Parts: sequence; C-alpha cells; structure tokens
Amino acid sequence: MKLNINGKVHDVDADPDTPLLWVIREWVGLTGTKYGCGIAECGACSVHIDGVVTRSCSVAAGGVGEAKITTIEGLSPDGLSHPVQVAWLHHEVPQCGYCQSGQIMAAAALLHDKPNPTESDVAVAITNICRCGTYQRIKQAIDTAAALTVTAPVNGKA
Amino acid sequence: MSQTIQLGRRSFLTAAAAAGGGLSLGWSLPKAAAQGSTGAELGIWAVIQPDDTTIIRIARSEMGQGTFTGLAQLVADELDADWRFVRAEYVAPEVNLANKRAWGDMSTGGSRGIRASVDYVRKGGAVGRAMLIEAAAAKWGVPAGECSAAMSVVTHAPSGKRLRYGEIAADAAKLTPPADVKVKTPAQWTLIGRGVKRLDTPDKLSGKTVFAIDVQLPNMLSAAIAQCPVFGGKLKSFDASKISAMKGVHQVVKVDDSTIAVVADKWFQAKTALAALPIVWDEGPNNTVDSKQIDTLLKTGLDAKEAALGQSHGDVEAALGSAAKKVEAVYGTQYQSHATLEPMNCTAKWDDGKIEIWVGSQNGDASLAAAAEAAGVKLDAVKVHKHHLGGGFGRRGNQDYVRQAVLIAKQVPGRPVKLIWSREEDMQHDFYRPITQCKLTAGLDAQGNVTGLHARLSGQSILAYLAPQRMENGVDKLAFQGWTPEEFGYMAIPNLLIDHAVRNTHVPVGFWRGVNTNQNALYMECFIDEVAHAAEKEPLEFRRSLMTKNPKHLAVLNAVAERADWGMPLPKGVYRGISQNSGFGSYTAAVAEVSVSPKGELKIHRIVCASDPGYVVNPDQVAGQIEGSFVYGLSSVLFSKITIDKGRVEQSNFDSNPVMRLADMPKVETILVPSGGFWGGVGEPTIAVSGPAVLNAIFAATGKRIRSLPLTQKDLRSA
Repeated sequence: MKLNINGKVHDVDADPDTPLLWVIREWVGLTGTKYGCGIAECGACSVHIDGVVTRSCSVAAGGVGEAKITTIEGLSPDGLSHPVQVAWLHHEVPQCGYCQSGQIMAAAALLHDKPNPTESDVAVAITNICRCGTYQRIKQAIDTAAALTVTAPVNGKA
Repeated sequence: MSQTIQLGRRSFLTAAAAAGGGLSLGWSLPKAAAQGSTGAELGIWAVIQPDDTTIIRIARSEMGQGTFTGLAQLVADELDADWRFVRAEYVAPEVNLANKRAWGDMSTGGSRGIRASVDYVRKGGAVGRAMLIEAAAAKWGVPAGECSAAMSVVTHAPSGKRLRYGEIAADAAKLTPPADVKVKTPAQWTLIGRGVKRLDTPDKLSGKTVFAIDVQLPNMLSAAIAQCPVFGGKLKSFDASKISAMKGVHQVVKVDDSTIAVVADKWFQAKTALAALPIVWDEGPNNTVDSKQIDTLLKTGLDAKEAALGQSHGDVEAALGSAAKKVEAVYGTQYQSHATLEPMNCTAKWDDGKIEIWVGSQNGDASLAAAAEAAGVKLDAVKVHKHHLGGGFGRRGNQDYVRQAVLIAKQVPGRPVKLIWSREEDMQHDFYRPITQCKLTAGLDAQGNVTGLHARLSGQSILAYLAPQRMENGVDKLAFQGWTPEEFGYMAIPNLLIDHAVRNTHVPVGFWRGVNTNQNALYMECFIDEVAHAAEKEPLEFRRSLMTKNPKHLAVLNAVAERADWGMPLPKGVYRGISQNSGFGSYTAAVAEVSVSPKGELKIHRIVCASDPGYVVNPDQVAGQIEGSFVYGLSSVLFSKITIDKGRVEQSNFDSNPVMRLADMPKVETILVPSGGFWGGVGEPTIAVSGPAVLNAIFAATGKRIRSLPLTQKDLRSA
C-alpha cells in the first residue's frame, strides 16, 4: 500500500488491517508518534489525516488511501516553529515528554478548527492522557499558541 | 488465603546489590572515562569543547522530573559555565562500573536525584573551575589567586586578560584535578535557584527524543510477551505450530516458568500472533483470591493484638480510656498501577558472550546487573544504553522487563530484539501501590483538646515483597512514611501510637510516586479534620494547636493558608479543605477549593500548594512537579484502582482504569518557601497533600466523609 506521510509517499508491505500507528512506527520508521494504549483512549498516537486529528492506533492503515497524513515530524519544517511548539517551549510543558507528540498534534488541530478556543473547547478537544500531569501548562500553552496564531501568519497546515 | 503469601519474587532484588564495588566519590580523573562526547575532560563531570560547548555528565535518570537539567545546573553553577553552552549526557553504567562507580549512585527514586547527589556533583563542578583558572594563570604567568571565572570566561583583573573556557580547556585537562575544593555558599549561586529552560524540551516537541521504545537497530526483531495472568502461576503448555506460519513470526520463546514471548519482524505482528497462540496456564493456588478476601484480610489487622511499631510516646491506651469524647474512623485505599505512558520495554542483543541493552531505567547500575545475571555473564560483559524514560513513578526501578528482554535475546543470538509490553500486560503485571486500611482513634478532653491518638495501619508491606532483607524484625519502616518522629507534624499530641499490622497478599507491590505518604497523609489529614469537627474547632486553628513542636511544618501550613485566603468568603457553593504533610525531606501543605453540584458532580476549582524543600534548584521545574504530582495523586483518589478477581487484575487499560484528564485539572498555584539549610525532595513530597485537601473540602461542601477510596461512583448528591 502507499501512504502519504508528511508530504512523502511511502510504499509499505504491511497488511492493510495493520493499525496506522504501527505502520508509521515500524514500517516507515517515524517514532515520534507513540504507542500508549492501543484502544484510542490515551491519544499518544495522534496524527492528522487530511487535517483531522486521529488516533492512529485504531485506524487500519489500508483504509487511509490517498489522504495526507501528518505526524509530529511533519508539523513544522524545523520541529519547533509551529505556534503550538513555540508556546509549548515557552511554558516548558513536557516532563517525561512521551505523550507530548500527541498533545501537540491535538492542540494544533484544535487551533486550526477554532483559532480562539474557549476553556471548555479545550477541555472537550484535549482528552489525551498525560501521566506526568502537564495539563495546567497545556492549557496555558494553548492560550499562548492561540495568541501567536492570531497575530502571526503560520507556515504549513495546523 | 494465608496472611503472608510470598510468591514469584524475581531476581531484580539482587541487581542493585550486585552492581559494582565500593563507591568512590572521585573528583579525580578515572581511567577510561571517555563517554559519548569528546573534548577536554575537567575532572569527571564536565567536558568542554573548543567552541565553549560544556557537556555535563548525568548519572541519574530523566523520567520527566527534571533531574537531567537540575543536576547540570548544580555542576554548571560551580563550574561558572555560561548556561547557553551547557548540554547534558548520560554516564554509561558500564563506564561507571569500570571506574569504581566514580559517578556515584545511578538509582533514581525516592526524590533523591538532586538531594543525594548535591554534594559531589557541585564539588565536581568546582574542580573543573579550579583547573580552568589554574591553566589560565599558568599561561599568563600570574598567580591563580588573581584570576576569577564567570560565564565560561577566566579573567585576570589586574591585566584585563581574558580566556574563554574553550580556549583553555585543553590545557586545563592536563592538570591534576585538585583533591580539595570548596563549593559556593548559597549567596554565590548564579544558576541554582534560577528557572532555566530544561535541556531536554526541544527534542520532546519535535518527536526527536528516542525513548527506549523508539530504538531502531539493523536486523532488529520485536517481541510481545504474555505472563501468567494469576500472580505466581506457571506456564503449562503452548502450541507454537498454530502460529508459526503467521506473517512475520520468527519464533516462540519460553522466557521463564511463567512467561512466553513471540518474536517477529515487527511488534504488531508479534502481538497479533501472541493473541492467536494457544497457551495453557497452571494458575496455581492463588486463582481464587479476590478483592473481597483481601479486604477481609486487612480488616483482621485493624484490631489485631500484634503490630509492628512505628512510633509511640506517652500512654495512648490510658488517654483514650479516660477521654471525654472518642473519635474513631476507618479509612481504606486500593491498589494502584503506575501506568507510565511508555509501556515497559527493553531492547537486548546477545552476541558472542556479550549482552547489550537499550533501556529506560530508574537505575542504570541495576539494569546492568540484572542483564548480567539473566545472561549468565560477568558484569563487564554488559553494555547499557540509557534512554530518557516515558514515565517512571517508581515502576522502572524494577528490572523485570530488562531480565525478560535478555532471556529472549539469548534465544535469538546475533540479532537485537525489542521487547514491548502491551498496555494490558503493563497494567496487569505491575508492582502495585500497596493496599492498606487504617483505623484511627483519638481522645478529646472536655475542652476539645486532643489527649491521645492511635493510628493502626493494616496492609501490605513493600519491603516484605521487594526487599525482605530490609525488614527489621518484621517491621517495614517505610510503611510509616510521613509518620516518623522526624516527619509527623503533630508531635505535640501528648499520647501517640502509630503501628502497622502487616498483611501481605500474592499481589506484587512496589514503589509508586509518593509511596506510602499517599495513603498515610490521606488517612491522617482527613481524620484530623474529623477530630477538629468533633471538637467543634476550626480545622486550620485546630491543626496549629497540634503543631507547636513542628515549626517547619507550621510555617508551610501558614504560608498556604495565607495565600489561599483561608477564612475569607468564597463564591457561593465553593468550599475549602486543608492538609499538610512531610515526606522525602520536604514540608508541604495544600488548600483545595471545590464545589459539588446538587447532582453530586465534583469540581475542583483551585489548589494552592506550599512546599519547603530547603533549597530550590529550578523553581519553574519544582512548580511543574507540584502541578503534576497533584494529577498523579488525585487520579488515585478520584478515579483509578486496581482490583483482584480470580487471583488476577481486573483492569486492563485506561478504559477500565481511568485516570485524570485535562478537563478535571484544577488551577494549581505553587508557593515555594525554601527555608535553607537542607536539601529536600521535590517529585514526591507534594503528592500526599492533594487528596486530603480535596476530601476535606468535599466534607465542607457536602457534610460527607469519604473514607474508602477512590471516590469513583461515590454518591455526593445532596441528601
């Protein structure tokens, strides 16, 4: 099957019912997208499929077709310049960091859909689990990223 | 079910003891100290490159708690390095071992990462600084005493000459490191106490950080594992032929008496094949044990005659016997899983009598020893690649997953094998926070003064399971965390007895962030609130009256009360609760503000937390630890539990064992009140005060005392 990941088409020989997460990690070799639960509960595996945040552990890779997949590695050209990454660095959000790819992908999708999310928008959209408990800073960083997004044009798709 | 079931303890116990010889806190240059990065070695802790890049070596593990950065700050401060040039890298365990553990203890737990390293890493930085100054002075032909260092530059003030560290480091590295150096006084610190940015953050934002689960090696295979669902049970039989034709499957490996693994090209293939593998378990005698039986077992301890003594003074029996009023309550908590978001995993390669592992471990030395033991080789035949941990919380101090990875790799010689536990395995084969109950009894005189207090713990002992050699005449001293004479905040109570009826089960237990302070502080602080209520006293004033012998505890309690405007009006429907505790060498207190809707929905609006850890290395990281500790702690108070049925864990993933999420997160305000003169812990001490503060606020809001935790499905509706 062919998969369009971060603007590059990959030809992979995985079974079509293999979860997208494992194809991304094990066949394509992009490991920024994490395994946390395998049942779409934790969100560590969040990627964008045609801009929609998706828990890749629960999507069959064969069903993605030609849709454009964006992983954490493709969110910004240098890995740090997306407004969400800028805000995350400013607030020093990560602790262990394992869930943060997923948190960042979820936040980026939220801000793309709702550039000025309310507190309850954030609570509804960001259901990813962080065992270190960085939720307070995630909330602060989303507010900051929203301000950055409004005031500055953004390269690339959120 | 007997009262002490001891089954299935594994060889991880020997690991820490086996690693290495004596500890030499050397700040002299050991032979073969070369690590990953090259450059001029100034003593053993710092390497400086010509462009001033300063690499600080880190022996402890980074699992989110910020030690990687905090330890670098300590060294860099004494080195007078410009923080912009500072990087950090791990010391490899085999290098530590080969140099008589010159870099000290790698064990990272008990909130000791900073406080137990603080003396020798600072001296290590000071050694480097002295060498740089000496080298510059020699080059200029001036007395070293006329030179000073700051921001990675040595300056000779009389002549105005300056040399960058990068320019002089190669000369400095040729000098003999001084044996005796003095470290700075707190007033001289330039980096300690500053909220500098973490060194590990950028890579965690771009997905570049390589956790152990992300390791990719040439010819690598992956393994999925199944352990007998009933603790202590054994593997009886399996039929590998049923899956051998499945795509990607390489081989089926019996790991040990109770564990089997499937090795495949990819982990998802291994996991899929494992699910299809017919396995017969011999579940053993524990397969009838359930949580009800465990509850009954613990209840036998609440009034048992025999109990291990924690501390005692005065005559509690007499005080309670003559009390004008007696208050009594029984509290209880359940097992808790660590559920680090990165499941247990380890990659191992067995080649020509040597073993190499890639691991996220809270103890690099212990991982090395566990790998050697599992492989049946000497310690010097092991190489360990340390990776940042995707969460530790005490779980990754145990080396069970390292041992398994090595046992698997030995059966697949020449090829690296990455063992990953599924989330389900991870949740069902943990070393759980122990289950305990506590009966508390207090006596009041006619004026409402406390005349005596007895706290009787009943439940499982971590040391009895993990480290029986540390039991002292049947006493697990760790069971009394927060309640030792040094830690207990109410030493003014005239008659006091704290004891523990040890009641062990077949369920593995271990260190869980905050360890026993979680339960103990919850029991005590909720009960003290009950006693205040019975005495018709205001909860804060009541605590103050019991803290006359504990000025440090009291100062922190007062700090939090002041910041939280204790006693001042709140919005309608919002109520406060307060708590305090001391553990891991620090003093902590919290005030929670909650509301409970008529339908019984709890909302935590705000928690104010004060902590006195003596000195603060990085205030921003300490605040982050406090915020996070409340999430971990409140998850166990409000949502999570592990229960047992048919001898096995009933929960298997985050659907059946929910944890706190962003929507539940209260606003946390941190006040740091470092009083100086000691180095206390940070990652764990505050976790204990979140639960009781919230529960006491729930009582203020509803009049309901929640004594059996977690709160899940408790009815908080108005009567």
